[in-house]
Amino acid sequence: MFGLDKRDTTLLLIVAGLTIFAPFILNPFPTDSGLAQFNAGYPDLMQRFVIFGIFAIGFNILFGLTGYLSFGHAAFLGVGSYSAVWMFKLLSMNVLPAIILSVIIAGLFALVIGYVSLRRSGIYFSILTLAFAQMSFSLAYSVLTPITNGETGLQLTLDDPRVLGQTATADGSIPVTNLFGLEMRGTYEMAMGPWAFQFNMGYYLCALVLIAAFYLSIRIFRSPFGMMLRAVKSNQQRMNYTGLNSKPYTLAAFVISGMYAGLAGGLMASMDPLAGAERMQWTASGEVVLMTILGGAGTLIGPVLGAGFIKYFENIFSKINSNVLHSWFSFLPDGLEDFIVFIIYPFIGKGWHLTLGILFMLVVIYLPGGLVEGGQRIGGWFKGRKKSDARQSETNPAE
Amino acid sequence: MSKTDLSRRGLLRTGAVTSAGLALPTIFTAQSASAFTNDPTGGTVTLGFNVPQTGPYADEGADELRAYQLAVEHLNGEGDGGMLNTFSSKALEGSGILGKKVEYVTGDTQTKSDAARASAKSMIEKDGAIMITGGSSSGVAIAVQGLCQEAGVIFMAGLTHSNDTTGKDKKANGFRHFFNAYMSGAALAPVLKNLYGDDRKAYHLTADYTWGWTQEESIKAATEALGWETVNTVKTPLAATDFSSYIAPVLNSGADVLVLNHYGGNMVNSLTNAVQFGLREKEVNGRNFEIVVPLYSRLMAKGAGANVKGIHGSTNWHWSLQDEGSKAFVRSFGTKYGFPPSQAAHTCYVQTLLYADAVQRAGSFNPCAVAEALEDFEFDGMGNGKTLYRGADHQCFKDVLVVRGKENPTSEFDLLEVVEVTPREQVEYAADHPMFAGGNLGSCNPGA
Amino acid sequence: MDAFLLQILNGLDKGSAYALIALGLTLIFGTLGVVNFAHGALFMIGAFCAVTLQKIFSLSFETVDPDKTDFLGNPLKVKTPYVESWFGPDLGGAIIDWSVPLAILFAIPIMIAVGFIMERGLIKHFYKRPHADQILVTFGLAIVLQEVIKYFYGANPIPTPAPDALNGVANLGAVIGMDIIYPVWRIVYFCFACLIIGAVFAFLQFTTFGMVVRAGMADRETVGLLGINIDRRFTIMFGIAAAVAGLAGVMYTPINSPNYHMGMDFLVLSFVVVVVGGMGSLPGAVLAGFVLGVLESFASMEWAISLIPGINQIIIYLVAIVILLVRPRGLMGRKGVMED
Repeated sequence: MFGLDKRDTTLLLIVAGLTIFAPFILNPFPTDSGLAQFNAGYPDLMQRFVIFGIFAIGFNILFGLTGYLSFGHAAFLGVGSYSAVWMFKLLSMNVLPAIILSVIIAGLFALVIGYVSLRRSGIYFSILTLAFAQMSFSLAYSVLTPITNGETGLQLTLDDPRVLGQTATADGSIPVTNLFGLEMRGTYEMAMGPWAFQFNMGYYLCALVLIAAFYLSIRIFRSPFGMMLRAVKSNQQRMNYTGLNSKPYTLAAFVISGMYAGLAGGLMASMDPLAGAERMQWTASGEVVLMTILGGAGTLIGPVLGAGFIKYFENIFSKINSNVLHSWFSFLPDGLEDFIVFIIYPFIGKGWHLTLGILFMLVVIYLPGGLVEGGQRIGGWFKGRKKSDARQSETNPAE
Repeated sequence: MSKTDLSRRGLLRTGAVTSAGLALPTIFTAQSASAFTNDPTGGTVTLGFNVPQTGPYADEGADELRAYQLAVEHLNGEGDGGMLNTFSSKALEGSGILGKKVEYVTGDTQTKSDAARASAKSMIEKDGAIMITGGSSSGVAIAVQGLCQEAGVIFMAGLTHSNDTTGKDKKANGFRHFFNAYMSGAALAPVLKNLYGDDRKAYHLTADYTWGWTQEESIKAATEALGWETVNTVKTPLAATDFSSYIAPVLNSGADVLVLNHYGGNMVNSLTNAVQFGLREKEVNGRNFEIVVPLYSRLMAKGAGANVKGIHGSTNWHWSLQDEGSKAFVRSFGTKYGFPPSQAAHTCYVQTLLYADAVQRAGSFNPCAVAEALEDFEFDGMGNGKTLYRGADHQCFKDVLVVRGKENPTSEFDLLEVVEVTPREQVEYAADHPMFAGGNLGSCNPGA
Repeated sequence: MDAFLLQILNGLDKGSAYALIALGLTLIFGTLGVVNFAHGALFMIGAFCAVTLQKIFSLSFETVDPDKTDFLGNPLKVKTPYVESWFGPDLGGAIIDWSVPLAILFAIPIMIAVGFIMERGLIKHFYKRPHADQILVTFGLAIVLQEVIKYFYGANPIPTPAPDALNGVANLGAVIGMDIIYPVWRIVYFCFACLIIGAVFAFLQFTTFGMVVRAGMADRETVGLLGINIDRRFTIMFGIAAAVAGLAGVMYTPINSPNYHMGMDFLVLSFVVVVVGGMGSLPGAVLAGFVLGVLESFASMEWAISLIPGINQIIIYLVAIVILLVRPRGLMGRKGVMED
């Protein structure tokens, strides 16, 4: 189907299924139970899952295939968001032109930075991309404030022109982002007994884009172009000796992954029309590296898993406070309750960075192939050793 | 693979979505039957406390959170009631808000606009928070305020000092109790004149982002009105940690006052560096060189250690104030946590009480009704004297404190002493003052 | 002219910190071939050694002073440090006052131990793994270390002043008839950095141990075949590199009050320094540290900013980009290091 072989089609269908039914899958606990804290099926977080999934898929096309470790990819995401918000300010609140522009601008930006940075490889390439991204961040935060609105972030105001749309709605507020009239924030809530599920317009737009982006990435992975990129990773010198110029291939990969980042940025701005400079900081670039490695670099599904994992931590774990902890363990005797809360407290709420750091180290140490490898190992225990080895070598071709 | 493939498919898909949307226009638009976002239906009401828990302002965020927990206790009738006993409005009875028990959720702003909006959204969308409050920087406050306007909930700003929060970025659903850069300038200027004379030469170092700029603009205007000359204004990068290369030029600039428009870690480092370079002992034009820090915070003063001694600045509130409201708040906070509250804690506590009181008086959680109850509301007994929540820009007007780093602190909390309480009339300004121009409140949005 | 001289001093001072961190990074990279993203965290831990020692010296017992009241109106509890009651207020006060210089002695064993534990417990397992994995695991470690410090010491900066005797300013220009006023402690910091750098180079150049390590850096296998346990020596070098970073942190505390994220603030910069200096080149790292420090100071001068707005924010990165494009091996690096 769609020019994919059977295994890839299955993978695509799994991803499509997961994203479409995410509102159910992510809300497994009844709303009024104590475990509802762990529900992640609300629009904002679901949107973030898929948007960062797209970002990580794009990053993986560069890093997973060519092995070039960019430490400045967040800059493209930031540029994408800024272009999208400017579109909302100047043209109209329709997300389509905004997303298209953000992909184009991010692509151009990536072309320039990639052209320069790809003259070096290894850690020199990483430092070059890092330097470009940090420069963009610093300038966006200060000197470029007329374009970026600096620290506050670029926002919509009531007197933006919006030549094709309306400046303000009849009741005096800023119009909302939409796709030909479909409001991105529109949410349909479905109550089923004690469960509540939210179906959000914006999320489904992002989900469709994710599926398309995922499909495109499968096609790239399986194409002769993808093969060429893998050749760059395994031995660029040998490739050059055979008379092939690898530069156009790596540059193309860089630009494509930059456009993915721009797409993610454009979608992010479409869901929530604000673009902040912190999106371009090196820690944000580091985050997408973490996502990709955590999930499994070079695998198709890994980056999406990694993105979901980190965003889940950031949004769910950071919200558990001591109050919530005490309510969970209130069934225990007082002394024991306090003791357990005392033990767990440093790792949740304001300590979520610590837990993330520890988990991240554990994954890098014990699961170099990321969560995908973890899944395969667990699968291996069930299916028997031999079978799993065979499978691993097949689904992990980029390694 | 070919890329045209994608765009064709994308186009088809878009078309499909559009037609589906046109066919089912009503399902996706209405959130629920109620008239406003997150109408609390059960016996409880949820407030969202969005404070920095990671990053450089985490300690300030922790103090804000303590104040919120205290406020919730007092609203629910637990503890000693704190400022509820001194608050001029007597609508709150310690039985929750409109009879509903107050519950809360917390989030981490990370002092980043994006992260702050994400956690605010999660509190609104997932936890059903009816009001969002907190924050420790203006960038975050403005970003979250914009979000709350779109989502249709009330935003009660925490620590935010930029003129823009209730100036060019003001929003109908957002309210600020904290003072602002203009007020700092207006309060400080007369004190500086009395202390240092009216013919000083000032050199400004300014953090290079929006708050820094409004702070510089305000204090510059206020001191120039006294007759001071501004020798130079230099922007410093936010990420700077070592300010030596910005301090060194001050030495030979002919200036005799250094104004540090910095906050947080920037302020700690620039002040430490300035003192290192001997500026405090320096004499220029036969007069003592002076350093001024327009926005002071006790938590930050602690980081600068002995360097703050004798240095003037302004602050929203200080625990050593002796009015009944402040005393009641310090007593309940100190009894519960063992140390006095910071100005951030005070503003957050007061904001929570003010919100609850407004709901109670309005008789509804509807943001528009609450906003109406808050607008032009005049109250007393909250630690800053008679205070007005001005309807035109949702800014509180109240007395502003001018403080000085204490020479002989008796404890680790006793770092600042109040030099003067600048009365409210002196820091008031017209709603259309040029430093606050360009914004538009818009109309209140109840969401849904 | 004075202004330029002052900025050169400032630059050398900033450069001292860059050079010390970059020196340690290069030592680790040159010997073990590991890219250590946790190096900034070692700098931070060093700074918190000074904080800890100051706290230990200031451990106090409380006596109630009935004449004064605290913020709640209760009788004030006055704290007296134990050292003051043991050694008398003069000597005790002096010990607290000199806690930062004393922390050098305190920090050396701690930092070497931290270095050993890091190398034996974690880094050892990553020699054969790709550089990307090394970067990632050490980055994770850096996050963990800084969060642990934050848990115990809070997020606010903690003031750790220099001894009163070294707190003032000195007129450096008096000799040449100019007026160049500069903080004493910053001069101390610069001299200290030069001392440490000199000591490291002398150690590598003039001791047998150093000779073996240099041989190992050039060709690890051959040295191993000669029957020398090079791994053990490299572990010791890791400890030394950690100590260098830690001492840089200890002495830095009076310049800027330490906080838990100071390591991350220096991390990116110090990598840029290493790359500009040339991966694996010790003199290159030191030279690049000072050069970038001075350039950064110049870029923050007014004429530079009026010429190119924002130059003070991006100068380091701009220099890195230019150097990498025109001279990819850095100022003093060998060709081909880390090019894969």
